[in-house]
This record gives sequence, C-alpha cells and structure tokens, in this order.
Amino acid sequence: MLTFSEAMTKFEPTLGLEVHVELNTKSKMFCGCATEFGAAPNTQTCPVCLGLPGSLPVVNKRAIESTILIGLALNCEIAPFSRFARKNYFYPDMPKNFQTSQYDEPICKNGFLDVQIETDEGPKKFRIEIERVHMEEDTGKSSHVGGATGRIHGAEYSLLDYNRAGIPLIEIVTKMITGTGKYAPQVARAYVTELRDIVKSLQVSDVRMEQGSLRCDANVSLAPISSGKLGTRSETKNVNSLRSIERAVQSEIERHANLLSKGERVVQETRHFLEDSGLTRPGRSKEQAEDYRYFPEPDLVPVAPTKELIESLRKKLPEKPSERRKRLQQEWNVPDKEMTAMVNADLLDTVAQTIEAGAEKTLARSWWMGEISRIANEKNVVPTQLIAINDVVELINLISTGELTDKLARQVLAGVIDGEGNPKSVMEKRGLKVVSDDSALMQAIAAAIAAQPETAEKVRAGNIPASGALIGAVMKSTGGQANAARVRELLLKHLGQQP
Amino acid sequence: MSLLKKTATEQAQALAAKQISATELVQEHYAQIKAVDNEVKAFLYLDEKNALAQAATIDKKRAAGEKLSPLAGIPLALKDVMAQANVPTTCGSKILEGWRPPYDATLVTKLKANDVVILGKTNMDEFAMGSSTENSAFGPTHNPWDLTRIPGGSSGGSAAAVAAFEAPISIGTDTGGSIRQPAAVCGIVGVKPTYGSVSRYGLIAFSSSLDQAGPFARTVEDAAMVHAAIAGFDPKDSTSINSPVPDFVSAARKKDVKGLKIGVVKELSGDGYQTGVAEKFSQTLDLLVSLGAQIVEVSCPNFQYALAAYYLVAPSECSSNLARFDAMRYGLRVGDDGQRSAEEVMNLTRQAGFGREVKRRIILGTYALSSGYYDAYYGSAQKVRTLIKQDFDNAFKSADVLVSPTAPTTAFKIGEKANDPLAMYLNDIATIPVNMAGICGLSLPNGLASEDQLPSGFQIMAPAMADDRLYLVGGAIEAALKDKWGKPFWEFAPKLKGSKC
Repeated sequence: MLTFSEAMTKFEPTLGLEVHVELNTKSKMFCGCATEFGAAPNTQTCPVCLGLPGSLPVVNKRAIESTILIGLALNCEIAPFSRFARKNYFYPDMPKNFQTSQYDEPICKNGFLDVQIETDEGPKKFRIEIERVHMEEDTGKSSHVGGATGRIHGAEYSLLDYNRAGIPLIEIVTKMITGTGKYAPQVARAYVTELRDIVKSLQVSDVRMEQGSLRCDANVSLAPISSGKLGTRSETKNVNSLRSIERAVQSEIERHANLLSKGERVVQETRHFLEDSGLTRPGRSKEQAEDYRYFPEPDLVPVAPTKELIESLRKKLPEKPSERRKRLQQEWNVPDKEMTAMVNADLLDTVAQTIEAGAEKTLARSWWMGEISRIANEKNVVPTQLIAINDVVELINLISTGELTDKLARQVLAGVIDGEGNPKSVMEKRGLKVVSDDSALMQAIAAAIAAQPETAEKVRAGNIPASGALIGAVMKSTGGQANAARVRELLLKHLGQQP
Repeated sequence: MSLLKKTATEQAQALAAKQISATELVQEHYAQIKAVDNEVKAFLYLDEKNALAQAATIDKKRAAGEKLSPLAGIPLALKDVMAQANVPTTCGSKILEGWRPPYDATLVTKLKANDVVILGKTNMDEFAMGSSTENSAFGPTHNPWDLTRIPGGSSGGSAAAVAAFEAPISIGTDTGGSIRQPAAVCGIVGVKPTYGSVSRYGLIAFSSSLDQAGPFARTVEDAAMVHAAIAGFDPKDSTSINSPVPDFVSAARKKDVKGLKIGVVKELSGDGYQTGVAEKFSQTLDLLVSLGAQIVEVSCPNFQYALAAYYLVAPSECSSNLARFDAMRYGLRVGDDGQRSAEEVMNLTRQAGFGREVKRRIILGTYALSSGYYDAYYGSAQKVRTLIKQDFDNAFKSADVLVSPTAPTTAFKIGEKANDPLAMYLNDIATIPVNMAGICGLSLPNGLASEDQLPSGFQIMAPAMADDRLYLVGGAIEAALKDKWGKPFWEFAPKLKGSKC
C-alpha cells in the first residue's frame, strides 16, 4: 500500500471540479412554482415542472441575472447570445425524460478564481481557471424504500418528489487544474470554499452543502511525474461538505496511485464518497459514454442579455470575500493564523455577524472558536447548529456587563444548548448571576473571617497574599457567583488594607 | 329550419337575433353527430353534458343583455391534441388513454372566453403523425365526400366534422400540412397561422419548432373569425410573438385583389400533381387575373430539400418530446407486476402504447440526433430551413402572396398508402415549406377534380405575421368561385346517410 505522500513522490494529480449551485430564486427555472426547501412532497409542482403533455417552459429572468452575477464575480465573459439544449435520457425523477440545460453555448465562459492555501513554504496562491458557468434545471428526487442500502437495487419500491424538479441550477466547471502536486486536496477544498463564499456574498444561493444547495463533483486523474500525459479520470459525485472534498480527492489519489503502481488500470467511472470510511465506491461506469443526443431546446428562445443589463449587474457586485477577509482582519486586529483558523472552521461569517449584532470582538471570536466549537465537535455537529447567533450575542453581552463570569457563562451556554431557554432566562432559572450586591458579599466575607480568624489577622498585619484563602472561601460559599475582584476589594478594605 | 348548413357567421347572426338559442344550436349539432358520426367517425369524445350546460349559461347571458363575443354559442370541434381540463385527451394514442389534463390550453381558454361551445374532441393521426388519420389508435376517420376515402391528416377528424356539418368550425394543428391538406381533401377552409402567432401552450407537442394550431371552417370569413379569437401573444409560450394581430375578418370581407401580385411557385407543380388538381389550380389562376390580380412565376429552388429536411427535424424533436410518455406519472402503464424495474415497465408501456408510425419517427429522430450523426442530419436539416426561408424572402420580394395546389392529389382510398410511408409523406410536399419557414398558409376549396369528382384545394402562402393577406386573397377567390358555381362549394357534397341536412 502506497501512502499519500509516497504516491506524491511518483505521480502528479490533475483535478477538474464541477460545482452545482441551486439558486435561491423564489420560483423555479421554467415555471412559477415555489422553491422552498422541505415542503411536503409534490406540493410545489405544476403542469410545467411535472412535464405534463402540452406544457411549455418560460425562462426565469431572475435566474439569468443571478447566473450573470456569478459569471461576473468569477471574471467570466458573458455571452451576448446563448441557448438552452435538451439533454435526453430516461429517468423516473426527470418528468420530461430530458433535462433542459445549456450545452455548447453557455451563458458565461473563460473565467478564473484565485485561492490561497498554506504550504510548507508559507501561503501560496493558485489560479483556478473556469471553463464555463451554465444554467440548467434540477431533477426531482427519488427515495428508494426497502432494501438495506436505500439505493435503487434491492429496493421494494420508489417514491418520487417533484418539488425539486425545475429548481434553477448553475453548474460551474473548471478547466483542468494542474501543478498542485501534493496540495491537490487542499486546493480543491480552498476552491470550493472560495466559490461558496463568492456565491454567498452575491446572495443568489443559500449554498448550504448539507441541504444540497451546493454540491461538488470531483474529477481526479494521476500521471507519472513529468510524463506530460494525462491519466484516466474518475468522477466522485455529489460530495457534500468542504471536509469531504479534501478527503475524497486524497482518497482517490491514493486509490489511483495504488492501482497504477501495481500496473493495473483506472476505470473511467463515477464514484460515490462514503463519509464514514473516507473512501469512494464505484457508481456507474462511464466507459461507454452515454449519448445524450443534445439539441437546441426548440421551446425556448435564445438568452440574449443586453450590454446595459450586464453593466448594471456588474455595478451590483459586492465586496469580494478575499477583500472582505483582509478588511475584517485589520478591523479585528487578529493574526494570520487565527484568521485562517476561523476561515477553515467556516466561522468567519458567524463571528462577523455576532460582532455586527453588538458583541465584543475578542469575546465573539473566542467563544465561537473555543467553547462552542469544542461542544459542537463533541456532538458532531456544526457550531451554528448548536446555538443561534443572537443567543451568543446575549451571552457575550452578559459577560461584558459583568453579570456573568467566564465560568458562569459556560454553565449558561450548556443550559441554552440543552434547550432551557435564552441566556438571560437560563441565567435566572439556574440562579447563575454574579453576586454584585455588596451587602450580600459583606455577609459572606464576615462569615469567612469568622471561620478563619488567624488568616484575617495575617491580612490585617499586611500579609496581602494571605487574603487568597479568604477570597476562596467567599467564592465557595457563593457558589462561584461572586465577582472575585470585587470580593477582594471589599475584603481588603474591611481588613484595613489598600486594595 | 336547420342551421346546420349555415356558416358560423350566419349562425351567429341567428343567435344574436334570438331566432335560435345556443342550446338549440348545440343540440342540433349533437343530433347531426349522432346521425352521421357512426360512419364518419370524426369524434373521439363528446362532452355533451358540459357543452349543453355552457350553452344554457350563454343563453342566460344573452337574455340578460350582456355584450357577447360574435362567436358566443357557436359549436366547435377540438382536435384531441389540445389539452382541455378534465376532458380525456389522447392525441389519438393508446399511451394517453384515460388521461384528463388538469389544465386548459391557452387556445381553449381563449375559446371559452369567447363563449365558443366545445362539442368534443376529434380523431387524428397518433400524435399528429400522418396525412390520413389512419394512424389513430382508435380507428380511421372517413371522408364525408366518399366514406371509403381518407379525410386527410393529421387533423382528419376536425376537417371531417366540419365537412359533415357536425360542427361549423373546428381546430386543427399543422406541423407539415395537417390542417391544409385535410381541408383540401374534405373541401373546406383550413389555416396554418404564422408560427408563434397562436399560443402552443397546451398543444401536445409533436415537433415544437413546426407545430401551430389553426382553424377549419366552411368559409374564409368563418376561419378568420376563429383565427382572430385564438391569436395573440401568450407569456406562457416563449416562442409566442408579441406584436399586434392584423384584422383578419375585415381582410376576409374585402374581396378585392386588384393590383395584387400572386406568385406561382414553379417547384410546386408538375409531376406528381394529379391532372384534375392541376387543372383546377390553373383555372383559378385565370380567375385571379380576371379579378385584376397579376400572376408572376417565382422559383424556390431549395424546396426540393424541404421534405427530406422535414423528416429529420420533425422526428428529431418528436423523439425528445415523446420521451415523457413513460408510464411513471399518467396514461398507460404496462407490465407493472411489482417485480419489474421502472425501466422494464417504461419499455413495455412504450412498446404497447405507441403505434408503428410513431415508433418509426422516434427511431428516425433518435438516430438523427445521435452523436456522430447530428451534424450530418439535424444540423444539415436546420441549414435547409434557413435556405427555404431565404427562398421565401426572395419570392415575397416579387409577390404579395404565393400560391400552389394544397395537396398533389384528391383523397385516396383508406388503406391505399398505409404500407408505403414514403408515398404518404409526399402528400405534404406543397405544405411543408410553409412550416419549415414559420410563415402562414391557407387552403380553400378549389372545385372538384374532373377525373374523380373529389375536392381539390388551393393554397395561399403569406409572409410571417401577414396572415391577413391569406384572408384577403382567399375571400376574393371564394366569392368569385361561388359566383362561377352559382352556390357555395359544400352544396356539391353528397348527402350522408341519416344526415339532418
């Protein structure tokens, strides 16, 4: 068995990434049906997206504008004239048995996207060239019921939900990515991350990988170093998290390298990534390429955006995510490493929103990256699934105003996560508020002095460090809810010392 | 007095004058259908209950003094290729048997808005593929002029219904001549509007870039009235043209062709045209000269490739359009025994549900679109379309309209060409160029061919969105022929057994 680093001494990888983005338009690509995620099956359908006989498609203008925005953000040329085609194949979740998709005349082409990764020699920039950005419609969704795997083979029957049929889908295809060497997995991840952030900044998609509104197909091939050749590729379909992209690419590189070094051949096929093992398994073979019999969609007229429309969209382009990161890093005054950590943890936007909502900068960062991430990790969820941003803001504000100590805040956080309510109510219900009532503190101080008269004498005599034991006793008797600094101040004053 | 033989315009006048109610008019047509349709077999489905309920509503509106459309209360026969909500819609195919669309085609919505009463759905070649209506899965329709002959196709049911006085007007669709050729052989008027001028929403597609719905009637003016009701921009059809609809009815009434240049297409004559058909055509040219029109000869050299190109474009598009009939969501389902896979059920259903001609064209089209063949077949055919358009553009520089015989022959015998697809395809030789170029055409009765005493048709072709010229020239020819014959053309038709008129 070759390890990844051994493989990388013999072979060089070539990548090709195809990313599908579901647009967040209110209506579908070719009809007026709603696109909301999670609606009851087949409730968001009409004659058009069900492909009923006689129905005809009409292009969603907003979807075209969204696609042009993506193209512009990826430095693409926008075609003055592009067409839809029909991609013909039979599948039950595709109502017309053809998919309306752009083919040889995409709306955007020849762009690029720069990404930066950490290498052994420090940060390094890679330019990923974009071949095309095109529009198509999504298919419906099949659920295979019965059988062990949830796959079609062995299933007793299948259910079809056409709510997704006709949702606007954008496909972004890279040119061949070469020259990454051993950094191929990180480059793949960085590209999808950057792409996701760009699309998100354009507000044209939810880009939620876990809901499938952004999915990635990773093409990988390997060739002996400096051979100048291209190997046979495999295509790992529908990888649905950033981490999985990195793992899938690495796993495919290892698999190819082991086959090739044994003198075996790589089969051209689609593969599926298995989250549990981090490996891929074969899907359908593409050795005999399917003939989709593409031809121009006669039911639609060509898409011909005017120069004015393109320029007005260009003006709408927001700040680039890479520039925004630079700006935030300066505003927050954080070191490179911490910034990278936030980006990699996919928490940059969350932290930014927390700060925008009024939380203190350093606390916002340290709570999301620290305690919240730690618990999320334990529970195997993403931090934002654990707690809402406004609850974190509330929690941090309670710390900032001195109502909670760090230690108390941790308990409050646990309560919020357990569903006990928002931070304030958890604090009240659990009685976790910092005791800031001086008379209550004075009572506790008096009790501590009464219990340890000798220690009190030492402090009276000027031995300030001896006060620690008394402060500890007060903290203990108040269940940790006292503000230690205030206790110290009151205690020293009471024993005739300058705090 | 029976109104069955009256034109739609005359029936509308009788309704407006309250000489007859819509209910009576509709009942009279159903009585005629019941009397003759067991032999003509124009209808696949009668929607009698709903039609009578609708007629009663119209009568109430009229009694209340509401302002009504000129077509209000006029009965109409609808080709079974148009989706009509809750009414069985089969396209003449077993594969759609039992399907009731949940929606109305835009054309149906417009007819309903005009208070036209839809009597029922008419027979057709399966998925509009054919020129004789013999390809219907539900048996052929018979030509009212001679029941042993075909009524033309694919809209044979709609044409026969009007010729047999079962309805004064009807709707057909024309992909390569499917309105004009049946109109010609049934001795009535049929119009293929400009592509994009009548919405295709709800027209079950055969060939999306060629299909167009249009009217049948016994007179040019009646056709104009129906055409006016169904034309216009539809936001649900991306290929719909957003520009004003010309005044067809006024054009039909003008009856004046003085100074107009009539172009005779050289390539649409000669060998293959029945002698009697050619004779009638040339007599009508003389008539046009006597009316003050000028005859010019034009040449359209690329028309010779039209038929070949058509039989690549139409099957290619149909192979994709008909893919949706897969037993998964509606219509026929064969072999679903709980064991077979979805793919096997699709195969068995399509095997059982489609007829021979449909399968032939699906296979042709699938082949023509295949990788490696696309450029040679589909690609070349699209180039031919461009050349045909250029031929028309050039011809219209020297002529206001172009003319030809509509079909090369009169109606042939049922079964005569059923096993010879190429001979069948040649029926559309003169009508196909119009579809390939997306322009408009009209066929009107041009007298009986001398050798068989069967109707022949005269075709008029006009540029895109100049459909009013069809009615201008058609109306003038119709009036002149009526004067010449001393009676309207339908008075020559033999009386059908049991006919109420």
